[in-house]
Amino acid sequence: MIVRILEDGQYKVDKSTAKKLDNLDTKLGKALDKSDEAAFARALASLVKTVHASGKRLDPSVITPSDLAIPAATSTLAEVRELLASEAIKVKKKKG
Amino acid sequence: MSVMKRLSGVVQAKANKVLDRVEDPRETLDLSYEKQLEQLQQVRRGVADVATARKRIELQAEQLQASANKLQDQARTALAQNREDLAREALTRRAAIGTQLEQLKTQHDQLVAQEDKLVQTTQQLQARVEAFRTQKETLKASYTAAQAQTKIGEAVSGISESMSDTGMAMQRAQDKIAQMQARAGAVDELLSSGALTDLTGNTDPIQAELDKASQSGQVDAELAQLKGQLATSAPAGALATPDKPEQAPPEDDKVVDAEPVHDEPEATAKPTPDQFTLEDKEDES
Repeated sequence: MIVRILEDGQYKVDKSTAKKLDNLDTKLGKALDKSDEAAFARALASLVKTVHASGKRLDPSVITPSDLAIPAATSTLAEVRELLASEAIKVKKKKG
Repeated sequence: MSVMKRLSGVVQAKANKVLDRVEDPRETLDLSYEKQLEQLQQVRRGVADVATARKRIELQAEQLQASANKLQDQARTALAQNREDLAREALTRRAAIGTQLEQLKTQHDQLVAQEDKLVQTTQQLQARVEAFRTQKETLKASYTAAQAQTKIGEAVSGISESMSDTGMAMQRAQDKIAQMQARAGAVDELLSSGALTDLTGNTDPIQAELDKASQSGQVDAELAQLKGQLATSAPAGALATPDKPEQAPPEDDKVVDAEPVHDEPEATAKPTPDQFTLEDKEDES
C-alpha cells in the first residue's frame, strides 16, 4: 500500500503497518470531530512517525498514485478540517 | 470515513483540476510535463518571496533593536537629569519593543524553516520533473503495447497527485508569507507613526522632554538676567501692565477678554510662564 504524507513524499507500507495507521487514523478522526487539538497533534505525530519508521520511501522517479494521504506534519486541526470541508462542498455541488 | 481516505480523495480531486486529460494519453503526458515545468517556476518564485519576507523582518528587527538601544540611553540620560518619570516612560516603551522583537524572532524562525522547506521542495521537484521527462518518452514509445495505456494512466495520476501536493504546499507557504507580510506592515506603520519611537529623533517625545529639560537651565539663567535688566532699567511705566494684569482691563473688558492685553508685554518684558518655573523646581530637586 502506498501512503503519501503531504508536503513530505510517498511511502510504501506493509500490511501490519497499514493496520497501525488505521488505528491512528481513527484517533485522528475522533480528535477532529471533538476539536481536540492536543489529541489531534498526538495522532498526527504518531501517524507521521509510524510511516517514517516502518515505511519505505519511494524514489521520486517512481511515479504512481497513492492509496492514502496523511496531512502534512505541521498541519493544524483547523487546516485539515478546512481541506476536508473544501472538498465536501465541491462534491455536494457536483451532485446538485 | 477514514481521514486518510478522505484526504486522499481531496488530493485526487485537486489533481484532476491540475491536469487536463486530453484524448490522446501521449499528449496528456506532454501537457503534464509542461505543467510541471510551470510549477517548478512557481516554487522557485516562492523561494524568492520567502527570502524577501525574511529580509524585511531582519531589517525591522534591526530598526527595533536600534530603538530599544536608544530608549535605554534616554532612560539613563533622564535619570541623570533626575527625571525618573521620563526614564520610566522610556523603559516602558523599551519593554514594549522587546515584546515586538520576540514576536519578530518567532516569525523569522518560521520563515527560515519555510525557506528551507521550499528549497527542498524545489530540489525534489526538479528530480521528479527530470525523471518524468525520460519516463514519458519511454511510455510514448511503447504506447502501442497493450499495457502501456494503463501505465500512462498511472503515471499521469501519480504525477498529478504530486503536483497537487506541491500546489497545496505552495498555497500554504504563500498564506503564511501573506500573514507575515501583513504583520510586518503593521510593524512598519508603528515604526513610521513614532509609536515605537521615531528613529529620526525629531518627533521623539522623550527626547523632546530631555532636550527641554537640559535647555531649561539655560533659559533660567537668561530669565534671571532679563529680570535683573528690567528691574533696574524700566522701573515703573513699562512694567505696570504685566505686573498687575487684573487692573489693566477695565476699559477693554466689554470687548475682548483680559488676556490679549497683557499677552504682548508679558512675552517681551516678563517671560516667566508657569511651565518654566515648574520645571525649574523639578530640575533642582
